[in-house]
Amino acid sequence: MSASVRIKTLKIDGMDVSARGNESVLQVARENGIFIPSLCYVDGLKPVGACRLCLIEVAGINKLLPACTTEVWEGMVVSTDSERLRKYRRLILELIFSERNHVCSVCVSNNYCELQSLAQKLGMTHISVPYRYPSKKVDASHERFVMDHNRCIVCTRCVRVCDEIEGAHTWDLMGRGIDTRVISDLNQAWGESDSCTSCGKCVQVCPTGALYEKGKSSSEMKKEIEFLPYLTALREGKR
Amino acid sequence: MNKVKVATVWLDGCSGCHMSFLDMDERLVALAEKIEVVYSPLVDHKEFPEQVDVAIVEGAVSTDEDLEKIQLIRQRSKLLVSLGDCAITANVPSMRNPFSVKDVMERAYMENATNQWQIPRQMIPKLLDRVRPIQEVVPVDVFIPGCPPSADTIHFCLTELLQGRIPNVANLTRFGA
Repeated sequence: MSASVRIKTLKIDGMDVSARGNESVLQVARENGIFIPSLCYVDGLKPVGACRLCLIEVAGINKLLPACTTEVWEGMVVSTDSERLRKYRRLILELIFSERNHVCSVCVSNNYCELQSLAQKLGMTHISVPYRYPSKKVDASHERFVMDHNRCIVCTRCVRVCDEIEGAHTWDLMGRGIDTRVISDLNQAWGESDSCTSCGKCVQVCPTGALYEKGKSSSEMKKEIEFLPYLTALREGKR
Repeated sequence: MNKVKVATVWLDGCSGCHMSFLDMDERLVALAEKIEVVYSPLVDHKEFPEQVDVAIVEGAVSTDEDLEKIQLIRQRSKLLVSLGDCAITANVPSMRNPFSVKDVMERAYMENATNQWQIPRQMIPKLLDRVRPIQEVVPVDVFIPGCPPSADTIHFCLTELLQGRIPNVANLTRFGA
């Protein structure tokens, strides 16, 4: 943070809070213990507003804004919880569950999955849209890791950590809309990737069981995401 | 006092939810004073009764027989409870969905058979194209996720239902629990 950053004051859910001028609403909310659900946001990576779960209402603006990519401004009045927001968030979560094959009971990340725990936190006991049950591939060509597209929510955490932190940019996206999928290099098998350094950061930041360590069985893949803010802070300090 | 008529049904699931039901142990004795199990894999009635207060259904809708059963159950039950992940998400049975029925049958009865390979054409129910959770087929009143939901969760739900309340299980169980 440079010395020129101004402190701004705003209201979140009726509470007066202050923030550094370049902070997002999501960051400020979390600093103040206000819960806003999110899946694609992760502390230490650039926000992209992909999952849309952190949508908020801002006074004077008709459309909903993603809290992770919306910077605070002076006098902003934010609402993080309303009937309308709960409805949208619930539907977004239902669509995520319906789009791929999330079979929690036999998933490597059962009990450690951010999608699973968020569903419970938002009180979801079933989904009301039809499941699509798509045919998705599992790429087990890498020596140490597996990519299971059945569990991928296309949050792009893996893409960003590989690009921003590891500097390899092995992962990227291909296709559009519902056909969007994560690919390694130029849509090659992960095990044949020239750029992958096998660092495993993508595996650790993945919120679901889409990326996991080979050999892990059902309910065994606990992710260790804590390294990320330290690594980011360390690098920023060096700049 | 008239006892509440409860049915339990086993569609495409592993019976783990019924095992969890039995895991209520001695609490079942206390429950038996208030409920009568009128139909279940655990009792001997062959036909689903005309009028049931609470139908608790385990498993997904996987065959033409499941489909007929669940429609009849819905017609004859005041309250339909989806018990467990198979009933709610189609869970493990749904893992055949990305494949065609023909491929699934050939895998099971031809490729994996050691002798007398043949696909059965009678006696067993016909597989539907896709395994479906119950709420995609008929309306469901209460959802209890879990694989399986714990005995404590099931007991809580039954106790709430007996007192005329729809149980809120969000804090007790979840998908895959």
